[in-house]
Amino acid sequence: MIEVKNVNKSFGDNHVLKDFNAAFEPGRVNLIIGQSGSGKSVLTKCIVGLMEIDGGQILFDGNDFSKMNRLERKEIRKEIGMLFQGSALFDSLTVEENIMFPLTMFTKMSNKEMLDRANFCLDRVNLEGRNKLYPAECSGGMQKRIAIARAIAMNPKYLFCDEPNSGLDPSTSIVIDNLIKEITYEYNMTTIVITHDMNSVIEIGDSIVFVYGGRSWWYGNKEDIIKTDNPEINDFVYASQFMKNLKNKLKQEGM
Amino acid sequence: MSYINSIGKYFGMLRYVFSRPERLKVYHTRTFNEIEIIGLNSIGIVAILSVFIGAVISMQTAANMTSPLLPKYTIGYITRSSTILEFSPTIISLILAGKVGSNIASEIGTMKVTEQIDALEIMGVNSLSFLILPKTIAAMFFFPFLIIFSMGLSLVGGYVAVTATGLSSHEEYVFGIRSFFLVSDITYALFKTVCFAFIIVTVSSFFGYYTKGGALDVGKSSTQAVVWSSICILLTNFILTQLILL
Ligand SMILES: Nc1ncnc2c1ncn2[C@@H]1O[C@H](COP(=O)(O)OP(=O)(O)OP(=O)(O)O)[C@@H](O)[C@H]1O
Ligand SMILES: [Mg+2]
Repeated sequence: MIEVKNVNKSFGDNHVLKDFNAAFEPGRVNLIIGQSGSGKSVLTKCIVGLMEIDGGQILFDGNDFSKMNRLERKEIRKEIGMLFQGSALFDSLTVEENIMFPLTMFTKMSNKEMLDRANFCLDRVNLEGRNKLYPAECSGGMQKRIAIARAIAMNPKYLFCDEPNSGLDPSTSIVIDNLIKEITYEYNMTTIVITHDMNSVIEIGDSIVFVYGGRSWWYGNKEDIIKTDNPEINDFVYASQFMKNLKNKLKQEGM
Repeated sequence: MSYINSIGKYFGMLRYVFSRPERLKVYHTRTFNEIEIIGLNSIGIVAILSVFIGAVISMQTAANMTSPLLPKYTIGYITRSSTILEFSPTIISLILAGKVGSNIASEIGTMKVTEQIDALEIMGVNSLSFLILPKTIAAMFFFPFLIIFSMGLSLVGGYVAVTATGLSSHEEYVFGIRSFFLVSDITYALFKTVCFAFIIVTVSSFFGYYTKGGALDVGKSSTQAVVWSSICILLTNFILTQLILL
């Protein structure tokens, strides 16, 4: 369980997060949605300590992360898997070495065991056999999937995914969504997914927080989000005129 | 004020660079890789520079020896002294600051702006130590060999230049090289080299690691890395010369 309490974060005059509150529970897929530039990536970076917060609390299972020293943070971080918005694969390592990297650093596995684990993770993102490629030789969507494989290699307790299916075609997107859902339920992970993709929201959104103007504007789940009357969230979900008309029609018909 | 801040930040960085590594075996492998990247790949440029500068120093000395009172072996003697004391350790280190320093700063800077360093941190790796320590050890270990190699080649370059042009004979040059020789000169030169190696790697890494922004800023960091490591080398050289030779 990760709790975010009254978190504030500014860059100079740019007040990005304002008294932000949210709770992310284990065993379910927690989504963060919101417009581009609303502060979703900054929020996740604050949670994992890549950015220092200006005020408030971040609690990992009740322990205040912002008050921890370097070593205590390190212990928590070994249990975090993170997919960055830009993939952040290590250029100098092959696909297989990228996925094995956290295993080499932090486990006592033999080479064979690490390779098996890497292959298993590659399988799950539909990239079997691409072991020896370098990140530069992979497409954007492939890089994203390799980064997901790397994030889950250590079987993390907390999984953060910043836009896991941006740049992926609809069918691969569903594979990734399902993967995230499966491992979350299977290993009782605390999963936090940032997304723009309404398909994913409907598909995997066990709990949703909508970020608007740097605030935690709305909470709910995938059923609530379709029915809500909150104007900001409706503008976000039903962005196109076509969708707005559809929503009105549904409403008239009493759905 | 911002200079003082940066200096503080630099020493703060060093504290993390020299903290206990997570996995010694991984650091081992990385150090050997870095010896290849930083050291072995610089052999070519060091060789070419050394031969030519050795040749020029000896010819310049010969050309300026207008007084008949000066013995001919002075050419060999001066070539040796200037090579061992200044040319090889200092000038070659400055060249390496350009080659190795820009390479390190752009590598680490790129990792920074593409969030690869964040990815390391999030896994719980001490990125400063992981990236910088192997490079520092590799350079401090290997640069002395490069410099000894450079000293040798400069003397050969000088020899070929003066004997081929008839400015000095084989016997005179070799006699000059061997006269008034102090082993402590070499020790001093190698000590300087180790200091310069440390400066090149840590200063360049510093500029790379604290790059903010995008690809353009990586370029800027890499220029700054070269400029500042060169300045630091010159300053350190001045101080060491004062302390040790005088
Ligand atoms: N390192 C930084 N320095 C300064 N400002 C930043 C930094 N990172 C983000 N910001 C600012 O914070 C705000 C939120 O950025 P963030 O990356 O969190 O947006 P986002 O919600 O993830 O958008 P997107 O969906 O496009 O990824 C933006 O206004 C951005 O300019
Ligand atoms: Mg983002």
